[in-house]
Amino acid sequence: MPLVSAVRLVKTYRAGDVDVPAVRGVDFAIEPASFVAFVGPSGSGKSTLLNMVGCLDHPTSGTLTVLDTDVATLDRRASAEFRGHNIGFIFQDFNLIPVLSARENVEYPLLMVQNWPAEKRRARVAELLDAVGIADQADKRPDQLSGGQKQRVAVARALVAHSKLVLADEPTANLDHDTAYRIIALMKKMRDEFGTTFVFSTHDPKIVGEAEVTFALEDGRLVNNSGATHA
Amino acid sequence: MLKVLKLAARNLARYGRRTLLTTGLIILGVVAVLLFIAISGSFKGLIVGQITDSVLGHLQVHRKGYVASIDNLPLNLNMKPGAVSKVEQALKGIDAVAVWSPRVKFGAMFSNFSETTSIRLNGVIPEQEAAAMPLLPGRLVQGSAADGLLARGKVLIPEILARGMKIKVGDTIVLIATNLDGSVNGKTFVVQGVLGDVTGPGGRDGYVHIEDARELLRMTGAEVSEIAVRLKDLGKLASAKAQVVQALSEVRNPQGQPALDVHGWDQLSPFANIARMIDLLDIFIRVMLVGIVLISVMNVMMMAVYERIREIGTIAAIGTPPRRILGLFLSEGLLLGLIGTAIGTVVSLGLVYALNLWPVQFKFGRQLDLVLTPSIAAADVLLIAATVLFVAIAASLQPAWKASRMDPIAALRHV
Repeated sequence: MPLVSAVRLVKTYRAGDVDVPAVRGVDFAIEPASFVAFVGPSGSGKSTLLNMVGCLDHPTSGTLTVLDTDVATLDRRASAEFRGHNIGFIFQDFNLIPVLSARENVEYPLLMVQNWPAEKRRARVAELLDAVGIADQADKRPDQLSGGQKQRVAVARALVAHSKLVLADEPTANLDHDTAYRIIALMKKMRDEFGTTFVFSTHDPKIVGEAEVTFALEDGRLVNNSGATHA
Repeated sequence: MLKVLKLAARNLARYGRRTLLTTGLIILGVVAVLLFIAISGSFKGLIVGQITDSVLGHLQVHRKGYVASIDNLPLNLNMKPGAVSKVEQALKGIDAVAVWSPRVKFGAMFSNFSETTSIRLNGVIPEQEAAAMPLLPGRLVQGSAADGLLARGKVLIPEILARGMKIKVGDTIVLIATNLDGSVNGKTFVVQGVLGDVTGPGGRDGYVHIEDARELLRMTGAEVSEIAVRLKDLGKLASAKAQVVQALSEVRNPQGQPALDVHGWDQLSPFANIARMIDLLDIFIRVMLVGIVLISVMNVMMMAVYERIREIGTIAAIGTPPRRILGLFLSEGLLLGLIGTAIGTVVSLGLVYALNLWPVQFKFGRQLDLVLTPSIAAADVLLIAATVLFVAIAASLQPAWKASRMDPIAALRHV
């Protein structure tokens, strides 16, 4: 049973009087605990696909099932709740909350989204900070961390609420080459450790090689998919 | 709630200078309003107290039509003994009434044997007048009320007259008055005391014993021009007045019409208009406070939302419920109001304390050396605090609503 399943997925934006197709009838399936990359040039529809899978956007037509839920039917509030309980996000610009320390940033989803009790919350945050190798920087604010450290915090934040699916839109775009590899390696390690499915978009060919399953997009269409799903 | 407030506090601290400026404006507004309430309330209370406790009383009962002609002190509009007794009987039965003082008011010629002038006089029962006008004995700038406010054959004269005619306590003077029939009568009096002037009607009147007044005016019965009433609680003036009016409604003239009028102090003294103006200013300054809080908080919250669009997109994307995002921004507005109110109240209380420690003296009309003793009632502090908090939340509502409704994708793309 795939974790994510898309059938004839279409997304069209309206710009004035003109319809702009972003995704044109895409079919794909993502198996649980797989490490998947959507690749393609800018404007190919990678981010749009990730946004739809992440319940941030609705498809114009077609079927999109995430964790057995037809996410196209969810309203704004239900989408937020679904994301909060099932999906983690990693952003290109890290998007940490500047007034919170690394520890508090990781704690945020448990505190403000899921209302975990304090003791359980502290233990889980400590576990994740340790897992991403940033425990010694836990009390630092984002502006005191390097890009790689920030992205490690973001990975911990995405995983802290036991998300089954983590979506990362160009997670290495703002990192140097070595750091980018380390982050991808960390994501893989987290997948191995927690069994979480990672789906990321990238146009860096070297990073693409790290993915176990690759979906190549061009002009909103899947042009190639390769690799085997990680069972 | 606490976790949202904690995060809101950190967000406010992030923009320290802006938060300081907005809080400063709120503090300024709260201090301005509370100080104005304290000082104007003290001023109003002081002047109203001077007027009611030394001259007018809280209520006055007259024969119908007397007040309209009060400048002429018409003897033909005095209350007859029968009516006076009915009024006194009625007043005895009203719990809100503390004491009352019957007065015979008349105009007379005043002579020190070398100069003559006119004077307005009140014939009073000294004990009742002193009880109904507790500040009257304190107005004596010469002489003493130690052996009673006023003895038979004695007169209390206003300071302006004493100064103008160079009269001192113990001097003998002559009062000459025209009675109801038009005949003139004179009588010598000894000056027992000199009264300091007060603002308002009757503030420059003299006093004699009521029996001396009746003798001078050759009254055959115990007529009275007015009855000044002191209530137990001035704050209940309206209800007490209604009770007195109701109780006296049975006293009628031969034509079957109500024979008596009841007036509150506010209908008899022009200061009531100043008091109403102060109340109007009080409302105006409260509206200003609402404006200050509304504009400053709304401005700072709109800027906060605009500057944190990507952050809002992030917290929305990771699943923060819209109501929590709404709560977060409302909390920031609430905290601004809360901090401003708390500091503003403390500063106001400190200033009021200082004003009591180093009192401000002022003069009003003919009264000198009045001392302000400002105070702030807990109810006023609570009302101002509630107003500021309500307005701060209301001002944050639109920006907070906007933040909670933001599309995460558009917010994340915002540059």
